[in-house]
Amino acid sequence: MPESVARAPRVAHERVVQPRSSIIERFRRIVTYHELLVGMTRKELKVKYKNSVLGFAWSLLNPLLYLVVFYVAFVKILGSGVPAFPIYLLSGLLVWNLFSTGLSGACTSVVSNSGLVKKVSFPREILPLAAIGSMLIHFFLQSLVLFAVLLAIQWDVAWAYMALLPLALIVLLVLTGGLGILLSATNVYLRDTQHFLELALLAWFWVTPIVYAFMTIGRRPGGWFKYAWMLNPVTPIVLIFQRAIYARLDNPDVPVGSAGHQILPHWGMAAYVGYLGYSLAFGIVIFAIGVAVFGRSEANFAEEL
Amino acid sequence: MSKRAAIEIRHVTKTFRLYHEHYDSLKEKMLHFGRTPSENFIAVNDIDIDIEEGTTVGVLGHNGSGKSTLLKCVAGILQPNEGEIVTRGRLAALLELGAGFHPELTGRENIFMNASILGLSKKDISNVFDEIVDFSELEKFIDMQVRHYSSGMYIRLGFAVAVNVDPDILLVDEVLSVGDEAFQRKCLERVAQFQREGRTILFVTHAADLVRRVCERAIVLDHGELVSDSAPGEAIRTFRETLQHSGLADPALDDAEAPAPDAAAGDTEHAEVPAAPISIGRQRAASATHKVKITNVTIDHPGLHVGRRWMLPDEALSIHISYHADEPTEDLLFGIAIHDEDGNDIFGTNTKRMDVPVPVADGDGQVTFDFEHVPLLDGTFLVSLAIQSTDEGTVHDWRDQEYQFEVMNPTRTVGLVSLPLEVRFGPPYAGHVEAIGS
Repeated sequence: MPESVARAPRVAHERVVQPRSSIIERFRRIVTYHELLVGMTRKELKVKYKNSVLGFAWSLLNPLLYLVVFYVAFVKILGSGVPAFPIYLLSGLLVWNLFSTGLSGACTSVVSNSGLVKKVSFPREILPLAAIGSMLIHFFLQSLVLFAVLLAIQWDVAWAYMALLPLALIVLLVLTGGLGILLSATNVYLRDTQHFLELALLAWFWVTPIVYAFMTIGRRPGGWFKYAWMLNPVTPIVLIFQRAIYARLDNPDVPVGSAGHQILPHWGMAAYVGYLGYSLAFGIVIFAIGVAVFGRSEANFAEEL
Repeated sequence: MSKRAAIEIRHVTKTFRLYHEHYDSLKEKMLHFGRTPSENFIAVNDIDIDIEEGTTVGVLGHNGSGKSTLLKCVAGILQPNEGEIVTRGRLAALLELGAGFHPELTGRENIFMNASILGLSKKDISNVFDEIVDFSELEKFIDMQVRHYSSGMYIRLGFAVAVNVDPDILLVDEVLSVGDEAFQRKCLERVAQFQREGRTILFVTHAADLVRRVCERAIVLDHGELVSDSAPGEAIRTFRETLQHSGLADPALDDAEAPAPDAAAGDTEHAEVPAAPISIGRQRAASATHKVKITNVTIDHPGLHVGRRWMLPDEALSIHISYHADEPTEDLLFGIAIHDEDGNDIFGTNTKRMDVPVPVADGDGQVTFDFEHVPLLDGTFLVSLAIQSTDEGTVHDWRDQEYQFEVMNPTRTVGLVSLPLEVRFGPPYAGHVEAIGS
């Protein structure tokens, strides 16, 4: 059989299927499959707006509609005193949306890709990560439009803080990735997870200073309230985005010292970085827990689905 | 040179928890906390085998024997509870129907996604893309969403991807049994090509013929246990036995056809004849006068004396028939027919056609059919027996396909009949090439 000589044996691909694999081993597999992560992300993007007329335009329409609703409710009805409210809102909302839609998508990712999970072997963590990846693309697209608008109206951003944005984004991705991996695994066994997450995200949205100014909280008597608010690991990230993009610390229309004068905290760069460090630590712990839980339960995914 | 193992399965055990009811929501889980009705089900029990590089191994087993579970463990889709599996080389798996396609994506997009899951880079995929499409014969539908595909198209695309990603190990689960005949042939050709190229193939099936045709070795699983690991012929025999055992244990099969109680005699067994349309044999059996009655039938062959249920091709076979006539009856013939499992006639004759004189039946008598050698290859063969008047106008007794014997073919020859064959090579022969009988 002459052909048998033609094929060089591939020694490199040795794989071991075991009852358990270590966290490091799992990370290494995710890294070797990075190309698949890109492919899956692309797939998520394609599938999301398949069979819809507006398609990708929904990605932009969604925050725009949010803006209209909140503008009417807060500025016109409740009389919020934040000047240039649309820009204030969007600078926090876009990054929040990345967090919340990424998390919802990740949570259901394993269940909704059951066809793949039952048929092919690959590191399943790719699924929640790809769901988040696709939301990241939407986020970039939305940010691009926001920056175009800012440029058009010649809005002054805080350039010094702009440098913190990539860092804050990475921290957010670690946090979202860790929580997403964790929830996608629990959702396989307990479908309540996805319904619970919807409510949790709603509450989480309101404990994050996105539609209201952080300093309305920060100025409450007995400074502890502010620190309690900062326990929310998303708050520092949102604050950095607002500090960099919105970049207005005070409301000039309100007299100094009265409520509503301060909008964003008058911290130095170091304080922002410090709080971001807290978020990062939080994210890393959650990520490790997520991967550990995922690894323990993954063995039975194919049976449970 | 000893070959390296491409797949090492080391003491692999996989258990499932069987829930009698499935509680998916928190409320249900809380309500039934700790007492969810469940039991552990051992799907695969301590399997330990090596599969050498370049070999083709079949995994046989009835439904629920654990064969698909084992394959899923090898594919890395399920993780075993104990033991480990080492695979060396790129592994492509085709499990049951479909190969993990996303219904919303087009065929083209799915090819890219599927191949990248199998470990190909984008460039690699572009290189084999045309081959995949060619093989699947889906040129016209490649940009259509996969959810509009028929199940046959689905399989074709799945198989096309799996065999064109240059796998070192190919795992196939029952896939070859679907699709039209032309595509099946194409798949088998590709499997043969893989064999020549020294790739490793592990395939799960219950098509015994296919295993004999393509495998060098076969493994039989029964209730998660390895019951045979041998040459295909022997394994197929073991597989048939496990089928029969589980068949007898299955009450649904038991009352499917209540056999006549007196037919179970000697070493004969009731053939598991499916409820066939009423054959001529059945009709004739119904019209039997029972003036002369078959009272006992014994089938004998050398295998039974050394503890095998089956005979080998070309061994001798004797069928002893005891009969009883209430009153002296003459003008008789004794007939015998041998059928394959589907009831097709393979052989049939009677004492009249053979010009054998038949004594007058009175009281108990015995007749024996001696086959010097039975040149059948493999399978379960059914025997019909009849006592009639010589003009075949009156049926005294007719046992239609009620007896059976089994033949096990230890060789890799396929087919129904064992033709004696010798092969010679020599100087060019002027006429046609001739097979010389021994």
